[in-house]
Amino acid sequence: MPTKIEKDAITGKTTTGHEWDGIKELNTPLPKWWLYILYACIAWAAVWAIIYPSFPGLSGHFRGTSNWTQRQAIAEDMARARAEQAPFLDRIRAASLDEVRQNPDLLTYAMAGGRVAFADNCSACHGSGGQGARGGFPALVDDDWIWGGSLETIHSIILHGIRNTQDPDARISQMPAYGGGVLSRAQINDVAEHVLSQSGRSTDVAAAGRGAVVYAENCVACHGEKGEGVRDVGGPRLNDPIWLYGGTKAEIVAQIANPRMGVMPPWAGRLDEATMKMLAVYVHTLGGGE
Amino acid sequence: MIRHEVIEKNVVLLAVLTLLTVSIGGLVQIVPLFTIETTIERVEGVRPYTPLELAGRNIYLREGCYTCHSQQIRPFRDELERYGHFSLAAESMYDRPFQWGSKRTGPDLARVGGKYSNEWQYAHLVDPRSVVPESIMPPYGFLRRPLRTDNIADHLRTLKALGVPYTDEMIANARADLATQSNADADGTAFAARYPKAVQASFDGNAGVVTEMDALIAYLQMLGTLVNFADVTPEQIRQ
Repeated sequence: MPTKIEKDAITGKTTTGHEWDGIKELNTPLPKWWLYILYACIAWAAVWAIIYPSFPGLSGHFRGTSNWTQRQAIAEDMARARAEQAPFLDRIRAASLDEVRQNPDLLTYAMAGGRVAFADNCSACHGSGGQGARGGFPALVDDDWIWGGSLETIHSIILHGIRNTQDPDARISQMPAYGGGVLSRAQINDVAEHVLSQSGRSTDVAAAGRGAVVYAENCVACHGEKGEGVRDVGGPRLNDPIWLYGGTKAEIVAQIANPRMGVMPPWAGRLDEATMKMLAVYVHTLGGGE
Repeated sequence: MIRHEVIEKNVVLLAVLTLLTVSIGGLVQIVPLFTIETTIERVEGVRPYTPLELAGRNIYLREGCYTCHSQQIRPFRDELERYGHFSLAAESMYDRPFQWGSKRTGPDLARVGGKYSNEWQYAHLVDPRSVVPESIMPPYGFLRRPLRTDNIADHLRTLKALGVPYTDEMIANARADLATQSNADADGTAFAARYPKAVQASFDGNAGVVTEMDALIAYLQMLGTLVNFADVTPEQIRQ
């Protein structure tokens, strides 16, 4: 307890009255403006606690005079945003994909909406500009389509995906593994040479010739006679320099022996109808739309 | 003037009064949680983690994924537009501890399940920049080592003691279920009955060995997939 408050001669301030071994403490309180702001904040908090939900009780909580809840607030916020977008989104929903593409207003809107949705959902696999990634993530900026590049095909693939287990309408195809005895190592080597020859890169004409026979028996159905690919079954084109899993001979041999196949998740259910339409239109414009 | 001296010079009185003061905060915050009925929403679908998912979650914790990734979609429009429905307390009711987090160096993962393919998750974990050139995430290729599975039943047992509703059947089959889920060709009838909506696959593309990668991808692929929000009514999640 303060015992002896006195005035300090040097600073002109009073002491607190505490004394420890002859050492006294000057009383220098917080600035008044600071103190008043503190009091104002306390008063504000009291008002705030009355207006907004605050104190917990045993069977609920005090809801505040405004009855505000964050979940109500976000529902209204989303509804307001949707109402603002509705003039465009409703028309996009009602229009066919071609109509969206032909109508300059809708196209502008779909391009902007598609770009945003693409960046968030698609760019992880297909690259931020649709350039794809090594290891089975196809580029979308070229005209080398595996399953087809029409608006309808792109849209349907976005909806249902490829080789996934979630959507019964997903496109399914499976390349058999030719390793493990189905084809001999020599035969796999020959087929790889033949596949290389389709893009003019074979260095072993004899092997490529032998491989052509094996190719005709095993590969034609999905990759086409000249390696042009078969879109109905998602058999990628082989006679061009674009490769999903690499185009060196070793990589081609690995793919024949123990093939990897890409999986795309379905987006129906995760994205809304209008967003998927906008995505289809956006992807179609990336470079190779048919 | 309050007579501080009386309290300050009596250690028992000081201790008792300190305890009283400190417990007020705890009582006010904690006691209502036991009595308020709306703390956890009544939504369908949330189940305990499968043994493989649980092992993956343990790896998620061990590697400190939570230091960069939150698992909580907040009720703001920008978050709903990007990540989907805001997170519910019910969705993390079997988390010990929850992974909500408040720091996002990477994106929120609360609904990442099913968003990308297993192949992408694998490629991305092994070398994030191979698929996302601008990523600053460290590589986790070392997770391709075998997963330790001999103690998985103990993990389930521990969580059961903490209130997670694992049945004796689940605990007895923990190791078998773990193997089943990581093998796309195994018979998963009994497993699927125990753990609805669980995805059965060779998550890392290597069917022979159950790796830590399998477990982590299994965990990531189930995040946010249990509640079907098409069936959720506003009444169920009213606070």
